[in-house]
Amino acid sequence: MSKVKVARKSTRIDMTAMSDVTVLLLTFFMLTSTFVKKEPVQVTTPASVSEIKIPETNILSILIDPSGKVFMSMDKQGDMVETLTKVGKEYNITFTPAEEQKFKLLSTFGVPIKNMKAFLALKTEEQDKLLAKYGIPTDSIDNQFKVWVKNARATNSELRIAIKADQKTPYKVIKDVMTSLQDLRENRYNLITALKNESAKK
Amino acid sequence: MAEIQSNEGGGKHKKGGSKQKKLSVHIDFTPMVDMNMLLITFFMLCTSLSKPQTMEISMPSNDKKITKQDQSEVKASEAITLVLAGGDSIFYYTGVPDYKNFNSLKLSSYDPSGLRAFLLKRNADAVSKIEDLKQKKLDRKISQEDFTKQASEIRKGKGTPTVVIKADDRATYKNLIDALDEMAICNVGKYVIDKMTPGETFLIKNFRTRGDLSKKAVN
Repeated sequence: MSKVKVARKSTRIDMTAMSDVTVLLLTFFMLTSTFVKKEPVQVTTPASVSEIKIPETNILSILIDPSGKVFMSMDKQGDMVETLTKVGKEYNITFTPAEEQKFKLLSTFGVPIKNMKAFLALKTEEQDKLLAKYGIPTDSIDNQFKVWVKNARATNSELRIAIKADQKTPYKVIKDVMTSLQDLRENRYNLITALKNESAKK
Repeated sequence: MAEIQSNEGGGKHKKGGSKQKKLSVHIDFTPMVDMNMLLITFFMLCTSLSKPQTMEISMPSNDKKITKQDQSEVKASEAITLVLAGGDSIFYYTGVPDYKNFNSLKLSSYDPSGLRAFLLKRNADAVSKIEDLKQKKLDRKISQEDFTKQASEIRKGKGTPTVVIKADDRATYKNLIDALDEMAICNVGKYVIDKMTPGETFLIKNFRTRGDLSKKAVN
């Protein structure tokens, strides 16, 4: 009886090529992407035909959620601390270095100044939960938003203001913010939008 | 899981020379690929690829010190006032509002056939000039800088309409952006965002009631 010889094939696959591809992809993603900032509220920006990209540095972004809560974020941590100190001075609040350190790590801030101390004492997870409930007061009686912007400008004169608002935000809120900015002689700013493809020729 | 296969005894021996083993090195890359894939997934989920677009606007200063003399008056024939009302509706009137006639206020829409058609018609001169300029740029006759300079000159030139955008409290932010977008599409260089006056509120109410308010005012 002759035995049928079954050729033993090795099932080992050379993964080198695969590894090459993945490393390439990884490099691509690492170089092209920017990290998503943690935002306390979900915001859908309206679309526009404008194709200007937002500059990367020296941005003071103002986040407005549909219910009209206003939050702010700055991209330079050093500026943030300086601004906090200046704002604190206006309201006669002094912050300890530990509190300043904690403030520096916030990606977005937006707490009434009198709650700031208590807020900074909380743990990060609790801060995230609480932040969405607060927001910087913008009403005319107690316009802390104006104070923040004024001091941020005093800290960094090259700051560019960018407003990022949800598309469903009532105009009233936008108007309040814009009037506050106008009062501070901040007459040029950017409105952040999403891209829409459309031109004059339909 | 790297393995080194050595085939001993397989090689031919040279004349008493040093034995050199042929080593074939196989490294298993599977764990490496696994790790890379994990990292890629992480980067894909946690980052945003595209930077958001932005729209640059300059608002008029509301300095109280500015006197009447410093302000530039807009010719009534060149002025268009847009009133963004709640419920995605948009009204416009040209020149000076006529409070007696409710038909002076026109209801329009954000569709291409609405406001855009009207603005393109009003601004036809500038639009065609810009189109020419764009063609020139495509033919590489002028540089990008020249294009931007000339385009802004055309947009702000004589005879182009000046648009005043006024928004009601019930209008949404999207409405405002849409209106600003129309300015960009229709090459309107002179536009301003202004506050609603009681006059405009009256006009809208008057329009919605088909002139009832103005009739009452007359009686």
